[in-house]
This record gives sequence, structure tokens and C-alpha cells, in this order.
Amino acid sequence: MLIPKNNASFMRTKILIKIAESYFADKFENADRIPLELRPKEQQPSRCCIYKDRAVLKYRCMAGLGAAPDEETDELKSLKEYGKDALERTELPKSKLSVIDIACSACIKSQYMVTNACRGCFAQPCRLNCPRDAISIINGRAHIDPEKCVNCGKCHEVCPYHSIIKVPVPCEEACPVGAITKDEFGKEHIDTEKCISCGKCLASCPFGAIVERSQMVDVLKQIHDTDNKVVAMLAPAVIGQFPGDIKNLVSALKKAGFDEVIEVAVGADITTQKEAAEFIERQEAGAKLMTTSCCPAYYRAAKVHIPEIQPFVSHTRTPMYYTAEMVKQEDPNCKAVFIGPCLAKRVEAEYDPNVDYVLTFEEVGAIFVASQINVEECEAEEFNKLSRAQGRQFPLSGGVAGAVASLIGDKADYRPEKIDGLSKENIKLLKRYATKGCDNNMLEVMCCEGGCISGPGCVALPKKATRAVEAYVATGEQLTTETKPGEK
Amino acid sequence: MEKIKVKICSGTSCFVMGAAAIQALEFTPPEDIADKIEIVESRCLNLCHNAENKHNHGPFVMVNDELIEEATYEAVVNKIREILKNNCEA
Repeated sequence: MLIPKNNASFMRTKILIKIAESYFADKFENADRIPLELRPKEQQPSRCCIYKDRAVLKYRCMAGLGAAPDEETDELKSLKEYGKDALERTELPKSKLSVIDIACSACIKSQYMVTNACRGCFAQPCRLNCPRDAISIINGRAHIDPEKCVNCGKCHEVCPYHSIIKVPVPCEEACPVGAITKDEFGKEHIDTEKCISCGKCLASCPFGAIVERSQMVDVLKQIHDTDNKVVAMLAPAVIGQFPGDIKNLVSALKKAGFDEVIEVAVGADITTQKEAAEFIERQEAGAKLMTTSCCPAYYRAAKVHIPEIQPFVSHTRTPMYYTAEMVKQEDPNCKAVFIGPCLAKRVEAEYDPNVDYVLTFEEVGAIFVASQINVEECEAEEFNKLSRAQGRQFPLSGGVAGAVASLIGDKADYRPEKIDGLSKENIKLLKRYATKGCDNNMLEVMCCEGGCISGPGCVALPKKATRAVEAYVATGEQLTTETKPGEK
Repeated sequence: MEKIKVKICSGTSCFVMGAAAIQALEFTPPEDIADKIEIVESRCLNLCHNAENKHNHGPFVMVNDELIEEATYEAVVNKIREILKNNCEA
């Protein structure tokens, strides 16, 4: 279960704002004050005491500066020093999610529990339906023997009083690929080999114990301390992420220090054309199934966890790839920054030499706040390249499949199905489709439910963002197979 | 009865700091207040320029003529309920 917006995510935003402010104020000279400012003495602590609150905040700040808390070597190393590292490094640290062990509350192992709503009824469906004889009635109430219980959930399903509940471990439940597990002390750890960087654990942890390395400082350095030309590539999910129009956002980003702004929806138009052509080609060659490849978390999941589906994954590259290629063709020396809702894009960028940095909408929001830029007050500015309706609809579930459909028309037998959200169940479903076949022949897979507008790096509510994206799609011209993407 | 007017500041600072989440009132307001409120489109209310420690006071939300600082979805809903209750008693 993803928690939409909560204290942990608000705090994450505040931390990023403080870090950006600290960069502008004195280049992290006083960064060690940030945890104190965020948790002043007079406030009620949210953990056991303000000192623990502050200790956790320090680790979260570390991640904001681009360091991984689980790689800490000296507990006394100050935020000022981590800031110095961030200012001096020329290479990006490898992107990863990590657990702050002191913040992890070591939730009890996922289990079913009988609550006091149990009436000790005569029917006893829980006892009779348990396949392992794990339930007995003690003192007029059902009791689950933890040694025998296999967490199948049958008792939970059949209890007429809903008295049996499941107590989950939120991060483990959210992770679709079993990459996060407990150590002997009950603390969670992420297996980087298994992790697909979707960020579901980060969004679901009620203790804010999971963090991700930010590249915000690295980009701030590029736009403020170098003469490099820096290009912002805005993911199609950007529509509705900030108040004001997309045209206001173009000049807001320039005010923040970017030299050029381009829509990744232009690259999405290229993806649409190539994906449609690839589908027709594959079908002519006799292929029964194809899946999309633009979601980097799914792409990695297919590679590591669903090898059965691998042959069906399209070879068409992602909108980010084509956009960055275009940007670098125009100026090979510029720095290309992808701005999107996605954490897995950071990993994709590590394999794409044309993408230099990846920021989330939240990080860009923090830069705006720290630079006191109010987007809707910035003057409207047009993009140099024009995106079409098809590329604009990529961030919505069903959008990619729909865009491809519009170019295929009657040139092939096209039966799309959307896999909306990469859950444990949907991974099983994909395995089944790959081995046993599927009624449809095109699968659009998006890791985040509802599409990229629900990504972990988003600022706006998914519903509100969906509405904004739909409105933007409606104003777009139609793409054809002959259209040269980007040209007006 | 006149609806309670809710004005959510749409300045970038307020939006990023949490006003975006308060917009849930437009989509899924609690049943008891759903037909008693009106969300008024608003631009930046320009209140952060006056606040001493600016970022720690946003997001700003106006419920009728009452200002809520550091507003959350919960705080706004509570304020609306309080006004409704007072209206009933009056």
C-alpha cells in the first residue's frame, strides 16, 4: 500500500529545500544545523526523543547530499563534510535505495493475528478451513500457532466477524520483487541485485527509513558553478506537477539556471513511431506477443525476475533515450538533465551516455523554493520543439498502448492490454502470459499504478495530474508515421 | 446556506510543501462536508513574503476569512467542521 502524502514525504521535501538553501547560503558551511532547524527543541518529538529525530534527519540529509547512509564509515562525519564531498565530486555516485537502520522500526514479521472481535463462534470456519491445523480455540477465542501458520490468509477470508487481520511489513509488502528483507535483528535490507529501483518501499515506509541518493547538488553545481550549457529534459508527466502553465515552467527553469528546456514527449513521439513499426514487423515474423519497454523498473524486472517475458520486450528505446540523443546531437558538450517522476530512471541513465543527471519533480520543486521562484509568475515561453498528442499521453496508464494503436490502425491485428502497476500479482500474471500465452498481443506495462503520474518523485496528486495531462493531450496535434518528431 | 470558501495558495513554495495534497478536497472530500464547501481557484496569496521564517509557515489556506498556516488536509477539514458547528449553534 502506497501512502499518498504523509509526514515522512513532507519531511523529505523539507530536507531537500533546506539542502538547496544551504547550498545557496554558504555551500553547506552550516549544514549541520539543518536537523536542528527541522526539529527545534520546543517541538514534540515524533520518535522517542528529539535527539533520535535529529539523528534520523541527519541520515536523511546525507541522502539528500548524495551519500548512502548504509555506507557510512564514521558516525562523527558531519553534514558539512558530506556537503564538501558533494561539492568536490566530479563523478555521480551509483544510484541506490538504502535503509537507515536506526530509523527502521523493525516491524514485526508479517503475520495474521486474531483480534478481540473474535466471538469464539460455533461454526469455527477459521479452524476448519486452515490447511495446516494451525488454529485452535483457547478460552473461547481462536488462536493461531505461529509454528504451523504459513500465512495463507484462509482464516482471514472466512471469518464472518472480520476478526482476523493481517499485520504486514509495509516495505516488504510494497516491493514487487522481494528485494527487501529482514536481517537477524529484524531490520530491513535491500538486495541491490534484486532491486528494480521502483521506489515503492521508499513511498510505503511509515517511518521514512528508506532513502535514495539525490543528484540535486550535482545539478546545482552544473547550473551555478560552471559555464556548461545545461539542458532540462522534462518528462511528459511534468504536466500539472507545478501550478501555472507548462509555458511558465520553461522560463521558471531558465530562471533557476537551465539554459534550454525540451519536452521528453518529443522523444515519446519517436518511441511511438518506432514501437508501432516494431510491432508490425514482429507480427509479420510470427510473434504472438510484445510488451512495451519504456518503464525502466519493468525493464529491469523483466531482465532479473521475469526471464520468460524477456524475448517479448520491445527493443524500441525509451523517450528519454531519444530526447537525450537529440539534445547531444545538437550540442555534444552540453549537460543533459532528465527531470521526471521516476527513481528507476536514474539507473537507466547510468547505462545511457547521453543522460548526465536525473532529477525528480520534488527535487526541482525544492530548487524553486530555495531560489524563491514562483512558477506561475514567470512569463510564458514556448518550446522550440513541438510534441504531439501521442507523446503527451505516455505518463498515463493506457497512454503508450493508445499512442501506438493510433499509428498501427489497420496495418496489423493489434489487441492491447494494460498492466497497470507492477505488483507481485502482476509479475505472476506476466510470467503466465509469457509461458502459457495471452488473449491479447500487446502488453503495456507500467510499474506505478495509474502511470508515471503516480511516480515516487511526483509533487501533485495523481488525480489532479491525470486531469492536467488529459487536457494537454487534447490540445496536441496528431502524430502520423510521416511526422518528423519535434518539428513544428 | 452559503458554502464555505476554501482558498488554497498555489504559490510554488506552498504547492511543493504540501498544498498539492490538500487539493484532495476537490476530489474526495469527507462526506459530511462535501456539499458544504467551495474550492476557490487561487493564485499565490503572497503570504510567505510576510512570514518571518518563511518556509516553516506554508502551506497557506484560507477557510472563509480565517488563515491556516502550515496547513494540512486534516487541519483544513477540522477548521471546516468547526465553522459548520458554530454556524449550527448560531
